[in-house]
Amino acid sequence: MAVRVQTEPFDLGVELQTFGQGRSDIGAQVSFTGIVRDDSGSLDHMLIEHYPGMTQSAIAEIEAEAVARWSLCDSLIIHRYGPLKPGEQIMMVATAAPHRADAFSAAEFLMDYLKSRAPFWKKEVSASGTTWVAAKADDEDALSRW
Amino acid sequence: MIDVLYFAWVRERIGLPKEQVETSAVTVADLVEELKQREARYEAAFADVTALRVAVDQKLADFDAPLAGVREVAFFPPMTGG
Repeated sequence: MAVRVQTEPFDLGVELQTFGQGRSDIGAQVSFTGIVRDDSGSLDHMLIEHYPGMTQSAIAEIEAEAVARWSLCDSLIIHRYGPLKPGEQIMMVATAAPHRADAFSAAEFLMDYLKSRAPFWKKEVSASGTTWVAAKADDEDALSRW
Repeated sequence: MIDVLYFAWVRERIGLPKEQVETSAVTVADLVEELKQREARYEAAFADVTALRVAVDQKLADFDAPLAGVREVAFFPPMTGG
């Protein structure tokens, strides 16, 4: 189980290759990667702010909840902050379990909770100005299914 | 003394990321009322608390959370991680 909060980019290939390596109890591995999307065609960059004192512990708590609910062998969460250009990776989640159902469900659960319960805020910066990305009601609703 | 932190547009509206507040507020909601009395920028930031979230000692909390023994309170908009 690992949580990393960082400004630097990560190498998805390397991360997934190292993840769960050397274990023989893993039968399924699922990963998700979040990428900076430019809806308007005018986005210069996304500025991601976080709450340094709280971020790590909030994510670790979400991860512990996933471990309690599903049969997980391992999990990895990397979330970046700072300025990120369109196309850059924002974050990744990887889960490993004996069977795929647990790996898929846990990955979705982690994503749903990271979206609304991890203290990050996104600001879109374009030539015409800046806009804070608003949380969606759907994001909050997504938590109720768990 | 409580450290009060602001993030995202709350920080921008109030104009600072962190301050120390001498307060006798019993709950987070009381603290919000105290801050709103200070200046228009606080009034603007806290105009609609349903649009805000609060963390007490780095854990998400409700606005009726007690402040006894608390060291840090943070105000911010709903989170947009992931």
